[in-house]
Parts: sequence; structure tokens; C-alpha cells
Amino acid sequence: MKNIFKIAIRNLLRYKRRTLMTSLLIIFGVVLVIVFSGVSVSFKSMMIGSITDSMLGHLQIHKKGYVSSIDNLPLHLNIDEKGIKQLDKIFEKHSDVIEAYSYRIKFGAMLSNFMETTNIRLTAVQPQMENAACPRLVERILGKVQDPGKFIEQGKIIIPENLSKGLKLKPGDEIVLVANNKDGSVNGLTLTVSHIIEGLLGPSGRDGFIHIDDAKILLRIYDNEINEVAIRLKNPDKLGSVNMILADELSQFKNQQNNPVFELHTWADLSPFATIASIVDLLIITVKIVLIAIVLISILNIMMMSVYERVSEIGTISAIGTLPSKVLWLFMAEGFSLGIISTIIGNVIGVLALLLINIANIHFSFGRMKNILLEISISSSELISVSLIVIIIAVISSLQPALKASKMKPVDALRHI
Amino acid sequence: MSLVELKHVTKNYQMGEMSVRALKNIEIEIDEQSFVSFVGPSGSGKTTLLNLIGCLDKPSSGEVFVNGKQVNNFSNKESALFRGQHLGFIFQNFNLLPVLSAYENVEYPLIMVQNIPAKKRKERIMHYLEAVGMADQKDKYPSQLSGGQKQRVAVSRALVTDPKLVLADEPTANLDHVSAFKVIELMRQMQHDFKTTFIFSTHDPKIVKEAEIIYTLEDGEIVDKEIATL
Repeated sequence: MKNIFKIAIRNLLRYKRRTLMTSLLIIFGVVLVIVFSGVSVSFKSMMIGSITDSMLGHLQIHKKGYVSSIDNLPLHLNIDEKGIKQLDKIFEKHSDVIEAYSYRIKFGAMLSNFMETTNIRLTAVQPQMENAACPRLVERILGKVQDPGKFIEQGKIIIPENLSKGLKLKPGDEIVLVANNKDGSVNGLTLTVSHIIEGLLGPSGRDGFIHIDDAKILLRIYDNEINEVAIRLKNPDKLGSVNMILADELSQFKNQQNNPVFELHTWADLSPFATIASIVDLLIITVKIVLIAIVLISILNIMMMSVYERVSEIGTISAIGTLPSKVLWLFMAEGFSLGIISTIIGNVIGVLALLLINIANIHFSFGRMKNILLEISISSSELISVSLIVIIIAVISSLQPALKASKMKPVDALRHI
Repeated sequence: MSLVELKHVTKNYQMGEMSVRALKNIEIEIDEQSFVSFVGPSGSGKTTLLNLIGCLDKPSSGEVFVNGKQVNNFSNKESALFRGQHLGFIFQNFNLLPVLSAYENVEYPLIMVQNIPAKKRKERIMHYLEAVGMADQKDKYPSQLSGGQKQRVAVSRALVTDPKLVLADEPTANLDHVSAFKVIELMRQMQHDFKTTFIFSTHDPKIVKEAEIIYTLEDGEIVDKEIATL
């Protein structure tokens, strides 16, 4: 085998310019895939991380029917004390995969600065639970947060940036919240603005935050009730399997009509960014298909030329007793060597390009998210997958010319000039 | 027992709708350690005859025996194995692999065909390169060698597998007179030293005289057999 590769490499070097051009084309393709994958996957992961870690969590549980009417932020689809206890048991049972969870009450209200009034969406939380379930929420809060576990206190409100600008509100200002209660009556509560929070893409990305106890006072909820649970997983990569486990657990709870009590959604079901993430994945696949086409055409071309130019040589080695299978391996080894050498160089250049992009400290804006630092990385599995694509396609594209060479009759090949 | 035996061998080629008879009812017996030449004008069937003996082609009818084996029914793989074990080839255009040095060209059949261990391989290669006087040129590539030198390396490559029979198709056609005679002399010496049978084709009357047995072909038939008195 060593000798087959020695001859293969020498044959490649025999046509230096042609080999170089083909190799450069493959290297370009590999670098393109690595840079594109690195940038787009990092962007996607960053955005998903931002959405899940600072807003949605990885999974959310609501009472059945809540999500379909989530735009109205209904209060009649709350999970009661009994439901909360059922959920507590499930979370305890699966504490090996669930890192944290946060109970929330989401509702709509009117916010007044005593001169102007506007509507606001609010998420009422228990700050310690919320900080554990969405640890990057505090990063969105403008100004310093002394204790992330107490980022919202009773009597305070965190308002979204767009409202603070529109109503000219700043920390320390007083506002009044007016909200409809569950029974239809109206109640008001005076709160002090503690912080301003920057907006984020998607529903609840522009919510204000208050303490859950204030929400209960405002909404006149006297029992333990919530309408949303955000769940953070220990390993986000196991989202699919945990989703199935929890869906199975939740399906056992039925109401009197024998319908499920709860509904479970992943972040992707709730965020419009999931569509963008799918498009990014599709683009990566497209770029990989381009790479496959580059490798396939360029190696097929060089190997076909190689076989046609060396018919007489094929005749010679066959005449002196080289088995057809070894002739096949000789040509396959050329395609494989070209593929593997190009992919190694392409990997090195691609990773260096990603390092250079990181050194350049590129910032970008996405939706309402401004000045985001693009921190690019690429997983070793992605590098391995790109390399395997090139090597496998190189071998496949060498196969046809190699088969042609191995099937040549020595007597015909020797006659070839 | 004969090393090569052809019985009623004919070979037809299909040229479009026409069938061209390249060999007609050939009957030959060649003994071991002979130095045989096929002579005749172009198109007389010399190369076709060598190809049949060398298991590179199959007859349209008749039987071909080499080293006691009937080779005309061999599959492609069996033919390749037989060639690698029992036959050596020398070509008109030398046919050395350009990416390999003289040493590596001689080494090629030992690695790719006979799978000989490295130590034994080196001994054998040097033995044959020395025998043809090319040991000092072993690291040169074919492009760095003259025609005569290339053919010496080719002789060395043909002999390194210790074949019973070496077939040479016009081995001197691309050489000047001096080199041509040197190559024939070398082949003769190898035949003597290594007890190898040589069959070569040529149309050069001066070269032909070096053979022990001369078969003359015309229009695909053997028209004369001459045994030289040396």
C-alpha cells in the first residue's frame, strides 16, 4: 500500500500545474465551507444562546391552549397550585437533565408616566429562579445589576428600552401599571423604574419585568398561580430527547374532558429565529453541495485526463503482471491523495481565516440587538465532516476513471501511442 | 518438453464488417533456454504471435501452451498472475515508468506483482542491474537515460522476477546500431547466465542473425524456420 501511494504522489507531481490548480480549487471549496460554516453556525448558536439564555429558556410549559392565544396574554389559562406541584415533581424527577426552571406570570397592562399612557407586556418572575433559568437576562439590563439573583425587587419595574425612550423614563422614575384582572376588574399599582432592558428578537423580547408578588397584587391572584414555565437544560444538545421525556410525563395529566392539561414547546416552536436558523442550516448544506460539486468535477476531470494520458503505461504495468485490482488502487490512490492533501491544507487555511476574523473583532447588529461581537468557532466534528465529504467524494470521483484503467486490455493499451 | 507450444493457432481481427486473419494455423514448439527470433515485414503477425505467447491476447482458435499450461483459456486475472510469475517483457519503446528511478522500475514487479520481501528484493535488483551494467545509474530517472540505457533497465526489469520466458517485441527498433547490438548481446548473455528463454521479434536482418532459431512470418503464416549454426 505504501508503494501504491508513493507512485500515486509521484504521478500527481508529474503534472504539477494541473495538480496545483485542482488542489487550489478544492482548497478554496474547503475554506469556503469552513469559513461559511464557522461564521453562520457561530452566529446561529449565539443568537439561539441569546434567545434561550436571556428570554425563552430551552423549553416552556403552559396550560393547554395558552400558546395559540399567547398574543392576548390570557389570564384564564393559568396553571394552578395543583398543577405547579405536579410540575415540581416532574422537575425533581428529571433533575439530572434539567438545570433550572422559572415560574412566570405574563400579562398585558397599561403603563403611565402620569403624562402619557401606553400598553406594555410584562413578565412577572421570582428573580432567583428566573436568573437560574435565563442567566443572560441580566446581561440585557442596561447599567449595573448588583446581585443577579435579585435583579428585580418588589415595588420595582424593569422597562424595555423602546418604552423608556418613548415615555422618557429613566431609573428612579415612578410609573403606574393598570391591568385587567382575571375576573375582568381593573387594578393599578405604582412602581419605580429600576432598570432599562434592551430589546431582543421575537415574542417577549420587548417585555418589561416585575416581581411575581407585585403581579399577584396587581392581578389580584390570591393563590399560587402562574401561566408559563421556562426550563433550562443542563445540556442543550439533548433538547430533543428531554422534550420527548417531558412530553411523555406531561401527557399523563388530563382534565375532566380527558384532554391534556399542559402543553410543552421548545424554544424553536416559540421563536421566529427558528426559521432563520433553518435557513442558515439550508445555506450551509448548499455550500457543502457546492464543495461536493467542486471536488467531484475537478477530481473526475484530472483522473480522466490522467487515465487517457497513461494508457500505454497502464498496458505496461498490466503486461508485466499487475492485477486489475492493483491498477484500480493505483488510480484510486491518486484521487484519494489529492483529496486528503487538499483537505488538510484547506482545513489549516480555513481555521486560520476564522482566527483572523476573530482577531478583527467584527461587530454586527441583528434586529433590535446592536453591536454584537461575532465570536467565531468551528467544532472539530464540523471539520471532520467537511474533510470526510472531500475524501469520500475524491474517492468516488476517482472510481470511474480507475475502473476504466483496470478494465483495459493490456494488448489494446500497449498499442496506444 | 517444449516451453512454448502452439497448436493450429489462428487469430482473426474484426475490422468493421470485415474479418482480417492475422495468424493462420500456426504450429510452433520452442524449447527451454532457446534464443528465438520472429522475423518478417510489418503486418506479418510477429507482434500478434508474441501477444498470444505472452498471454496478452487470446487466439480465435487453436491452443497455446506455455510452461506446460494451456494459457488460451485463462481469465484476465489468471493471465495477469501467470505473466507476473512466469514471463518477462521487453518493449520497443522501453516502457519504463517515468515517475520511478531505474532501481524502482526494476523493483516494481517485485513489489506489485511478486510481493518479495525488502532485503531479498534489494539483492535481486542490484544483481540484475549489475548484470546489465546499470548499477551505477540506478538512481536516474528514465528521462535522464539514453535509449540503450533504458532498454538495459527494461531487460533488468524483465529478468528480475526470474521468468522462464522473456518476450521482446522489436527491442532494438528504437536504438542506433551500436546500442541495438549491445542489447541483443546482453539478452544473449542473460539467456546464457540465467538459463532464460528469449523470444524476440525484429525486422532487422543483422539483428536476426544473432538468434539460434529464426521463424519467418509472412501474411500471418510461418513460411520458414531456420536453425542457426553457431
